[in-house]
Amino acid sequence: MSVQVFAFYLFAITCISGGLFTVISRNPVHSVLWLILSFLSAAGLFVLLGAEFVAMLLIIVYVGAVAVLFLFVVMMLDVDFAELKAEMARYMPLALLIGVVILMQLAMALGVWETAEGVALADRPDAIAGGGEHNTDALGRVLYDKYFLLFQLAGLILLVAMVGAIVLTLRHRTYVKRQDVLAQMYRDPATALELKDIKPGQGL
Amino acid sequence: MAEFLTTPLGIFVIILAQVLLVVAFVMISLLFLVYGDRKIWAAVQMRRGPNVVGPWGILQSVADALKYVVKEVIIPSGADRAVFIMAPLVSFVLAMIAWAVIPFNDGWVVANLNVAILFVFAVSSLEVYGVIMGGWASNSKYAFLGSLRSAAQMISYEVSIGLIIIGVIISTGSMNFGEIVRAQDGGYGLFSWYWLPHFPMVFLFFISALAETNRPPFDLPEAESELVAGYQVEYSATPFLLFMAGEYIAIFLMCALTSLLFFGGWLSPIPFIPDSPLWMVAKMAFFFFIFAMVKAIVPRFRYDQLMRIGWKVFLPLSLFWVVWVAFAAKFEFFGGAYARWAVGG
Repeated sequence: MSVQVFAFYLFAITCISGGLFTVISRNPVHSVLWLILSFLSAAGLFVLLGAEFVAMLLIIVYVGAVAVLFLFVVMMLDVDFAELKAEMARYMPLALLIGVVILMQLAMALGVWETAEGVALADRPDAIAGGGEHNTDALGRVLYDKYFLLFQLAGLILLVAMVGAIVLTLRHRTYVKRQDVLAQMYRDPATALELKDIKPGQGL
Repeated sequence: MAEFLTTPLGIFVIILAQVLLVVAFVMISLLFLVYGDRKIWAAVQMRRGPNVVGPWGILQSVADALKYVVKEVIIPSGADRAVFIMAPLVSFVLAMIAWAVIPFNDGWVVANLNVAILFVFAVSSLEVYGVIMGGWASNSKYAFLGSLRSAAQMISYEVSIGLIIIGVIISTGSMNFGEIVRAQDGGYGLFSWYWLPHFPMVFLFFISALAETNRPPFDLPEAESELVAGYQVEYSATPFLLFMAGEYIAIFLMCALTSLLFFGGWLSPIPFIPDSPLWMVAKMAFFFFIFAMVKAIVPRFRYDQLMRIGWKVFLPLSLFWVVWVAFAAKFEFFGGAYARWAVGG
């Protein structure tokens, strides 16, 4: 068994067991930690595929930022999970039905998937861009040259979503006392301090 | 022997030896860094610092490490045992892993990745988990508050570090540390390094590195005066040692990054003196000295000030700098100082 095959099975097993424990562990924080393990193994699989750029981005974006947010939310919200579990039991049949439908769709789609010869290679971004370069360069060329407009539009859509979320939650509260940072920074002893000469035994 | 080294087992042995070499280097420098940190700090405050164990107290860190290892590990009764034990391991191991891609000389690197910077960035973005896990598993509100602060702080400053690094990547056209250092080899000694074209970003990177590694003046996660010791308050003995070692290794890594990205790594500052890994070590030691001086001199920030600087000052500045570098590199301003791949530097 070559090192690649061994590494593949290692990452695949940890990825799947991470996913499994995400679902079945009782403590929500443990769930998130298992999810992180799953993400990391997926990144390992990407490295095996030769897509090291995507692997690193997966770690930076999903593990470094998104999962931290999950962890924040799960830690801060004191959710009663016994109650949630009881609710989950009620919807279990529906959830199972949806799961089975999706599984069948996937099986049907992948079962009849026919790939032409050499397509596995041609699909890779470095092949699209002409080959012979690192996949970072290749991805950059694909995203910023070939699909420039679509990529920018996707960014714009995300920006609109962000602006929308901010507008929806923005409240101008006039009764709150705010800090004026500039005023704080430009304060100096001449305006902030006053020296008083107090005689012993006297108050102010 | 030469034949054995080309078999898979031989390659494994070579890599293992390289890894051990790097680990030994980092661990030994760690002992002296902690000692040096305390000595510098003491000198600024006109104290003697550690001076009992060994000549000039130089073995103080060894004695401390030994003391930590032989003490009893106390786990709080309400703690989540598995996560509690795992947190310091995560923080230590991740701090170590990033050294795999740090070159000390041309080609002296364990893993010569072409996405080396991203790797370091990814690993340092994972480091926040040691802190969060430790703070949460301790089952104490001081530890938890410390870890929440730390997580917010590390994520905020990662953004500006990332943008500053993008500037360097644009200038080099590669994410490999070897390429980045070679691109700074321009024949003018220290004036062809990136600190000159990327001048303001050197300071931003340094300050962000302080915040990212929870060093004073941004050591709010452990702020002794408010949070006792933040996320590590419940830790004792070896787990605490691992946390502390991880923190110092991360700081040392930031010193290495500063010298690789902006100060030419192993390149010599004067053109006719040969390049050598000693330059790299000297630069790292110098930046550590500055880290220690900052710790001694600058008073601690308030938390809202920290967040304001991160998001409202550093982020816009570094974003603007990325745009500027992109223009300067595309149109080869200043004789291609920003586009080193184009002038064959």
